[in-house]
Amino acid sequence: MGGIDPILLLASLMVASTPILLAALGELVVERAGVLNLGVEGMMITGAVCGFAATVLTGSPWLGFVAAALAGGVMALIFGVLTQYLLSNQVATGLALTLFGLGLSALIGQSYAGITIDRPPSLNLPLLRDIPWLGPIVFRHDVILYLSLAMVVAIWWFLTRSRGGLILRAVGENHDAAHALGYPVIAIRMAAITFGGAMAGTGGAYISIMRLRQWTEGMTSGAGWIALAIVVFASWRSGRVLLGAYLFGGVTVLQLNLQGAGFRIPAVLLSASPYLITIIVLVLMSLSRNARNATPGNLGATFHASN
Amino acid sequence: MAMIRLERRADPSNFWRYGAPLVAVLATIIAGGIMFALLGKNPVEAIRTIFWTPFTGRNAAYYLSQLPIKAAPLVLIATGLALGFRAGIWNIGAEGQYVIGALSGAAVALALYPMEGRWLFIICIAASLAGGMLWAMIPAVLKVRLGVSEILVSLMLVYVAENILASLAVGAMKNPEGYGFPGSRNLSQYPAVANLDIWSGTGIHWGVIAALLSVLAGQILLSRHILGFQIQVAGLAPRAARFAGVAPGRLVMVCMAASGALAGAAGWFELAGPSGIVSVDFNVGYGFTAIIVAFLGRLHPVGILLAGVLLAVTYVGGDVARSSLGLPAGSIQSFQGMLLFFLLALDVLTAYRIRIGRKARA
Repeated sequence: MGGIDPILLLASLMVASTPILLAALGELVVERAGVLNLGVEGMMITGAVCGFAATVLTGSPWLGFVAAALAGGVMALIFGVLTQYLLSNQVATGLALTLFGLGLSALIGQSYAGITIDRPPSLNLPLLRDIPWLGPIVFRHDVILYLSLAMVVAIWWFLTRSRGGLILRAVGENHDAAHALGYPVIAIRMAAITFGGAMAGTGGAYISIMRLRQWTEGMTSGAGWIALAIVVFASWRSGRVLLGAYLFGGVTVLQLNLQGAGFRIPAVLLSASPYLITIIVLVLMSLSRNARNATPGNLGATFHASN
Repeated sequence: MAMIRLERRADPSNFWRYGAPLVAVLATIIAGGIMFALLGKNPVEAIRTIFWTPFTGRNAAYYLSQLPIKAAPLVLIATGLALGFRAGIWNIGAEGQYVIGALSGAAVALALYPMEGRWLFIICIAASLAGGMLWAMIPAVLKVRLGVSEILVSLMLVYVAENILASLAVGAMKNPEGYGFPGSRNLSQYPAVANLDIWSGTGIHWGVIAALLSVLAGQILLSRHILGFQIQVAGLAPRAARFAGVAPGRLVMVCMAASGALAGAAGWFELAGPSGIVSVDFNVGYGFTAIIVAFLGRLHPVGILLAGVLLAVTYVGGDVARSSLGLPAGSIQSFQGMLLFFLLALDVLTAYRIRIGRKARA
């Protein structure tokens, strides 16, 4: 591949994948609790603008990420109150969250357009960074990227190895049974929803603070929707979420590089490729029976204890 | 301990079914005012600029004529979407079908330019119906054949459609006499296909007529036709519907096809009239706002007509607020999203009543 440096490509793949990875991991936990929040895109873009604004105001990108997580969590709480306490339809409420987030972010971000911030420092892990090949690809990134990888392991452990994860999955598989056993279904779901929002917000801020270091309206351009698709692709398993996110990050980086290198592939096909590949992957996953069985039993269903 | 809990009503409350949208609008105006205040704008002025000034000020005639222009695509798209939403079929990619419909009509018009004859307009409408329908058939077929989520596929196809639009606007559809500027010929200046005001200056173009016809057709379908009955049963009781002989796959195809076709036609009416040019920023989110219109109108054709006019007001008011208060273009979406929040929140009162007090023991 003339004109494309494979080391640089792989390193930027990890960076490009991180926002989707964070958001998809959050949504994974939400969906495992039996809740379908289609507002990921709205929470991401709100996180992106709040994180960027906080970074500009305080000068600290880390406070920016905290603000983004808070903003995403607050957005998710709106969704949670509506769907869990007021029993609204989850699909419609998630859509409303996305529309609201896109609009709100445009309002907040108006005075931040055109500002560029410095790239926050990388960790540059000593010794490890000097390993040939592997060093520049894996060990010269920022702390949030490593945090996202740590979250893959933490969520895997929580869901499959901890008591809390077992309860959360029980709530997602059959909320009536979990309720009968005395578990607080709604409180558990609210916690999961809030966590998902914080993760989506952080993912959004990774785009505005780390990747592009500026704010533009609608800058998440569908990343939240791709994150939702990745959860399906991953059959609701955290290791597979990592695989899916890096696959899509790879497609994104590769198509940008191919466009930059002037390959004779129509630009429209390249720009649309992340979305087309999402559809193709969803189709392939539907052909596997395992994937269909992995869907949490009560995904998207409304819970109301009648007595 | 005193507590608030919800108790299911024996019958849905008609008062709240039709009252909720009105209360939601009021709550949105108040919450919107608070939001503007927090962002450092004068809330009273902002609300007045959006909802009042356009229709009473010096340019009222112009802004009033903008109402049917903005309402027509919303109503056309929402009427189609409501069919699916009633049956639990979630086509949320109407924005993409709108774009592809517009491009299909434009492809025919630009290919035949400068041929004369008003029948060309009919051909273009047919092309846009077909284009929007085919674009919606992709998620429909994948849903029926493979069980793939129509939500995600139809939404992904919005981004694909936008990429196609962007590429055609600077490529194949670029105006050869446009001095190198991006964008196509102005179709509203091509008499054979132009979608102009039927009565000059009123904003009532053929898309408005089509929207009214779609409301009428939707009303008849839902109240008089077996398909409308099947749609309602499928949404209320999917299992019962299957026993009653409703083929779920066929219902998905029909609902997606209808909503896609209507969204496609809405795109063409917009392109051939108010917007005129195939350009990168041709689509402004009518396909997404139509989702709100459908819910606000209670998934009911006549309700959708009223909701469409109301949301058209926010578009017109938003345009004014953008120029006179410097609000960003996207800000009106936050208003629209909030409206849907309040509506969904108040909907709980249709099926439940709030009880305050000790938990009753059975």
